Order: sequence, then C-alpha cells, then structure tokens
Amino acid sequence: MFNLFKWGFKKSPWVYHLAASACNNCDIELLDALTPKHDIERFGMVLVGSPRHADIIIVSGIVNRQSIERFKRTYDQVPKPNLVVAIGACACSANMFRDSYNFVKPMDEIVPVDVYVPGCPPKPEAIIAGIVKALEKL
Amino acid sequence: MEGLKIIFFNYFILPGFLFSAVIGLLSTWVDRKVTARLQWRKGPPWFQPFADIAKLFGKEIIVPEGGSTFVFLAAPLVGLSAITLVSTILWMSNVFPAVGFVGDLFVVLYLLTVPSLSAILGASASKNPFAALGASREMKLILAYELPFLLSVLTIVYKTGSIVLGNIIGFQAQHGITLFSLSGIIAFIVVLFVVQAKLGYVPFDAAEAEQEIISGIYTEYSGPALGIFKFSRAILLFVLPVLMITLFMGGINILSPLGILWFVVKYVIILTLIILIKNTNPRLRIDQALRFFWGPITCLAALGFILAMIGW
Repeated sequence: MFNLFKWGFKKSPWVYHLAASACNNCDIELLDALTPKHDIERFGMVLVGSPRHADIIIVSGIVNRQSIERFKRTYDQVPKPNLVVAIGACACSANMFRDSYNFVKPMDEIVPVDVYVPGCPPKPEAIIAGIVKALEKL
Repeated sequence: MEGLKIIFFNYFILPGFLFSAVIGLLSTWVDRKVTARLQWRKGPPWFQPFADIAKLFGKEIIVPEGGSTFVFLAAPLVGLSAITLVSTILWMSNVFPAVGFVGDLFVVLYLLTVPSLSAILGASASKNPFAALGASREMKLILAYELPFLLSVLTIVYKTGSIVLGNIIGFQAQHGITLFSLSGIIAFIVVLFVVQAKLGYVPFDAAEAEQEIISGIYTEYSGPALGIFKFSRAILLFVLPVLMITLFMGGINILSPLGILWFVVKYVIILTLIILIKNTNPRLRIDQALRFFWGPITCLAALGFILAMIGW
C-alpha cells in the first residue's frame, strides 16, 4: 500500500545538526553540503535550527562526559519517528579518543544509530549519500 | 439544510480551504524554486510542499512541559480557520459580487491579523525563550504595519466610496482600476511592503529569524501543529495577493477564460515582486522595521490618502 507518510518522510527529511563534541572539521564539511554547489534542497532536505522540526539528526564527534546529558536530552526532544546519522570517524568509532579519560561510551549504546559515515572528515558527497542510505532503511 | 451544505462546501472545498491550500502550497514551491534559482541552485521539485505537509502530519506532536496545552494546540487552528474564512469571503465577493454584506472589507482586514495573533498566542503558550522573543517581535511588527495598511485601504475606500468588496470591484469595472492613478500607485507600494511584513518574509522576518532565534515563534511546534501553521502561511501567500488584486487591479473575472488568464498574470506579477523583495534584501532589526513603517511608509500612505482627497 502506498504510505503517504513514508513518501513524505523520504521526500522531505529535515536535517538537524548535533555536534556532540566535534573538532569542527565534520561540521565544516556538513556546512559544505548545504552550499549551492551540493544543494541538498534538491532532495527536500532543509537544515532546521529547532530539534522539534528535525527528522534526521546528524551527529558529529564523540560523546564525552560534558555532552552526554545534553545529547540524550536533545535526542528526546526530537519528535519520533526519526533517524540518526553519525558522521566522521569520531562518531563511528571514537577514533583516537578511544582510550581518553573523557570518552564515555560508543554512540550506539546511547541512541540507536542508523547509518555511519566514516572519514576524517567525510566528504559532503559521502554525507549526502549517507542520508540517502538512511532514508532507504525506512 | 441546503444552504448550510453550500456554506460548508464553500468554506472547506472550493474557494475555501482545499482550493486555497493547494494553490498556496504551489505558490510556496514557486517561492522556494525562484529563491534557489537566484542562488544558483537547482531547487526542490514541485511536490516539495506537499511532501513536507504529508510528513509533518505523520509525526509525533510534543507539548512542552510547563506550557499551556490548550492554547498551544488551539492557536494554529484559530489562525487557519481565520485565514480560510478570508479566502472564502474574497473569492465569493469576486465571483458573486452581490453576496457581500456591508463592511465585509473590514471583516477581511480584522481576520487578516488573526494568523499573526494566533502565532503570538501559541508562541507565548510554549514556554520557550526563543518563542517568547519571536512573539514580542511579531507583536511590534503588527503595531508597525497596521497603521499604513489601514491608511492605504482607506485610500481605496475613499476613491471607490464603498466598504463592500463587491462594490469596490464594480466601481473599478466602471471607472477603471484604482492602480492607474497616483494615489493608487502609492497605496499599492505601501500595501506591497505591508504584505511582505504580514507574510514574515525578508526584510521583515525578525520574528522567526532562523540565524538568531532558532525559528522564533514556531520553535516549539512539531508534527501536525507545525503543519497547520505551514498551511496558514501558504494560504496567506495566496490570499494577500488576491486581496491586492481585488483592491487595486479590478478583481477577478472568473466567468470568462480571458479573465482567469488575467488573474493568473496579475497573481504571478505580485508573487514575483514579493519573492524578488525577499531575495534582494537583508533582514532589518525590529527597531529598524518599526522606524521604517512608522516613518517613510506611514508618511507615504498619508500622502496617498491626501492625493486621493484632492482627486488624483
């Protein structure tokens, strides 16, 4: 059966950027994906500022002792159903911060992560491809 | 019973909700597409606003803790019902000029402020500092633009000698449209700026400035409630140009194919003007917007009214 909501979700995923504690490199690449050259509005994606409007949470960076509470709270503020895309090596595997005193636990033990986009930082094309893969999971 | 059925049909389907929502959503797509082209982008496909609405109506709705649940959820509906009524009255007056009642112009003017007021109500009920800031800015903006708006409409009322929409259209059919006079042009320019502020578009989008206060008045809204706000904004984008066409460009002659074509041409011209102003201006601070409306724009509107009294 044709599911109107699923169709709408796939055609209009609003992106919310959540920097857990990134070094800004992935964030810059995400901003690059928003520029006219890549133009993610072709796929209906819009960067929204409020977690209440979000459909896809894009997380960058490891979750550390400072940000874990805020991270959980922000995730709870997002209306369900939603998707989580982890971008960058830190969000995927904690990278070189694995043994750091500040690292709490891997991201998928805190929230359900749908797609991992590796790279340090990932290219804008890879981020867009990751979001499209996440939409296919629906 | 039959009359009630016709009223329901008019309100919910043909000139009312369904019709104006579809055209309004298509207009928001035109807005987004033209904006994208002006920024050397490709832009969204034509069904984009419909996909947004379909998605929003399937999502969860979160009521913020500590806010007023009833006002928070009722506010979008109040705005939507008011703007739908405006659309119905305007279209019925254009298609059947005889169905109007004395003072329907003022009913339309009052109802046009209700979407902004409902957004203020909802934002104030959501217990969010960004929303409260946006609500305060929206309130100042209403105070700013209502005076020149009413002065310009008074110019038209003075020129046509009527406060009934049907008679204003009839007068223009006999004596030529009101835009073709000095006072008419001045009033048109003033109303164009006011429409920009009523729609919450750049340069007067301080109430939902996404770069500084998240999304302002809509910050706490999610799911269907946000979708209803999107509906009222889309219908507003359709209704305000129709009001301008009714007041300044001789209304809509729906009974002949050429009349419908003329309406489309007029509508596209006004929509393009709105989108061009939106895309070629920076955002004004709220005090600058207030100074702009109470200074030059109100003076211009008063000048237009005086010129109308002289007979230009």
